[in-house]
Amino acid sequence: MLKARNLEAGYGPLRVLKGLSLHVAPGEIVAIIGANGAGKSTLLGSLAGLVRPTSGSVTLRGEDVTGSRPERMLAAGCSLVPEGRKLFAPMTVRENLELGGYSVRRRLGRKAFEEDLAGVFELFPRLGERQGQLAGTMSGGEQQMLAIGRSLMSRPELIMLDEPSMGLAPLVIKQIFSAISALRSRGKTVLVVEQNAKAILKIASRGYVMETGSLVLEGTGQELLANRDVQRAYLGKEYSSIADEREGR
Amino acid sequence: MTQLDANETIDREDLEQVQVERLQATLNRARQNVAFYRESFERLGVDIEGIRSAADLRALPFTTKDDLRRSYPYGMFAVPLKDIVRIHATSGTTGKPVIVGYTAGDIAVWTTLVTRLLRAAGVTEADLVQIAFNYNLASAALGFHYAAEKLGASVIPSSGENVGRQVMVMRDYKTTALIGAPSYATHIASHLREKGIHPEELRLRVGLFGSEGWSEAMRSEIERSLHIVAYDNYGLTELMGPGVAFECSERDGLHVNEDHFILEVIDQRTLEPVAPGQEGELVFTTITKQGFPLIRYRTGDISSIVAGDCPCGRKTARIRRIQGRVDDMIIVDGVNIFPSQIEEILVRTPGVEPHYRIVLDRVDGMDKVEVQAELSADFPYFDEAARVAALRAELQAQLVETLGIRVHATFVEPKSIARSEGGKLERVVDRRPR
Repeated sequence: MLKARNLEAGYGPLRVLKGLSLHVAPGEIVAIIGANGAGKSTLLGSLAGLVRPTSGSVTLRGEDVTGSRPERMLAAGCSLVPEGRKLFAPMTVRENLELGGYSVRRRLGRKAFEEDLAGVFELFPRLGERQGQLAGTMSGGEQQMLAIGRSLMSRPELIMLDEPSMGLAPLVIKQIFSAISALRSRGKTVLVVEQNAKAILKIASRGYVMETGSLVLEGTGQELLANRDVQRAYLGKEYSSIADEREGR
Repeated sequence: MTQLDANETIDREDLEQVQVERLQATLNRARQNVAFYRESFERLGVDIEGIRSAADLRALPFTTKDDLRRSYPYGMFAVPLKDIVRIHATSGTTGKPVIVGYTAGDIAVWTTLVTRLLRAAGVTEADLVQIAFNYNLASAALGFHYAAEKLGASVIPSSGENVGRQVMVMRDYKTTALIGAPSYATHIASHLREKGIHPEELRLRVGLFGSEGWSEAMRSEIERSLHIVAYDNYGLTELMGPGVAFECSERDGLHVNEDHFILEVIDQRTLEPVAPGQEGELVFTTITKQGFPLIRYRTGDISSIVAGDCPCGRKTARIRRIQGRVDDMIIVDGVNIFPSQIEEILVRTPGVEPHYRIVLDRVDGMDKVEVQAELSADFPYFDEAARVAALRAELQAQLVETLGIRVHATFVEPKSIARSEGGKLERVVDRRPR
């Protein structure tokens, strides 16, 4: 579905992405994990059209979309749920969703729009219950649900999520991750950047490990979870606990 | 229809994407974790961020067996030893052995790749798989062992037992699939003949042979004498072990597991890529190995790429059966010859066994080649000097015609040349002054 080849990007003289390549196949959940400052958000930004790559290529379903603007990426079926949700705080839940579904409603009519809305409420019943609440007054978890819901309203094939669990309580994180799994069963393809490596690798089909602008590992979610480097660097396991596990303690 | 892994059938373009991603990750890890690679990239001023396709690999230096020997024992490992769960080594017959470490992830990948080759040969959970490689530091036995287990087959780790016991196990346990070295298979076949055991008394139906070069003629001979279908497979411990390339049911070249190894074929003199389809030295880059990654490893094995698509459905590149090894290549008065060429002639000559020795001498500045072949124990005219002389003349004529050099053929007593017992043989005795 999405392929990036030798992507480079940066801000002024600062090179953040140093020529990296990745792909997302239809129906996959692909995770990108890595430490703070590795360049994960810049990577998503350069795929979604927010950051212009200085070199390399991005193709979506075989079509070259390198450097396309965000609205073109959205029209092509690629939607980004940004870090920190970026909701319209003074507007209601329903109004936020209506904005997300603006183009579908214009192109396909009210019926299609209503169907999509019902689909979002089915995925996140909480949003259905609180259609009239102002987005800015909701909890972090509810805001994240709304951000994902708003993104779904544009009928994307590929949804990119930037740190969906950031700042959320453990129980809420669980809900968000089960919603991400549910996206796949609805036929969506997901690319997600996440600090919470353990949780995302458990549901990911594949993942990449990013370090200072480059990818250093690729594998299935299970392979990466079992990798000792990943365990040490991102799963918070100390040497001793790895040894314990090995000896069955 | 055999079940194929997704990566065996993906389009070329998608495969290249997978290769580039894994190659770039491998280069980043090698630079970070292996001093040999970090220093050699720095010394040569190579910017690995400039590697944007498999073809760009050409900008990187080769890794040779000597490099690996110099790093003995653990210098090329890319992870701490505590992450290594298995260690194998090359035989070290020609120098210090090379020690190879595997992480748990490496073992899992290895098992998957050997499973591919077992499936391609039609091995299933219904098979009784007898592994006649020695269980030791070498990688072959354990590589096959775990994959056959994972497939659900019943694994018989007979190892390099003496041939009598090997055959007893094969017959009594009702072995259906034999895994070992091809020379050992011929050894088993002559044992059956000697003991008057008909191959149909066994349940063998398939054989998977590798770890040493063998010819098409030898395959026919093994198939005829054991009543099996014989498959070739290719791998080497430095890269992983068995599972680098293998034959499918078409048996027209060996499919390379290109989602884990990038293949190049180079001219061993100019070190440049050969033209498509031309013979050259195989060079592999591992792109998923964690414990022991190798970049542009010169295998010393000679082969070429088979053109066109394989009807089996796999889209991975195929290599011809290994034609010989650079190390085995003998240069006689400027002409290159491979022991495999000699073996091929012996296999199809009735009255002699494919067990032989090549002795090289220099007399008055000229190279002299003697091929010592073993007469078959069942050669009916063993005592008739004239018949033996005629056979010798015929063999010599064939050798001269095929090799294009002067060769002297001689016979030795049946069974006087050492047989492999799950190991490799030294077939060439070079007495020429260096």
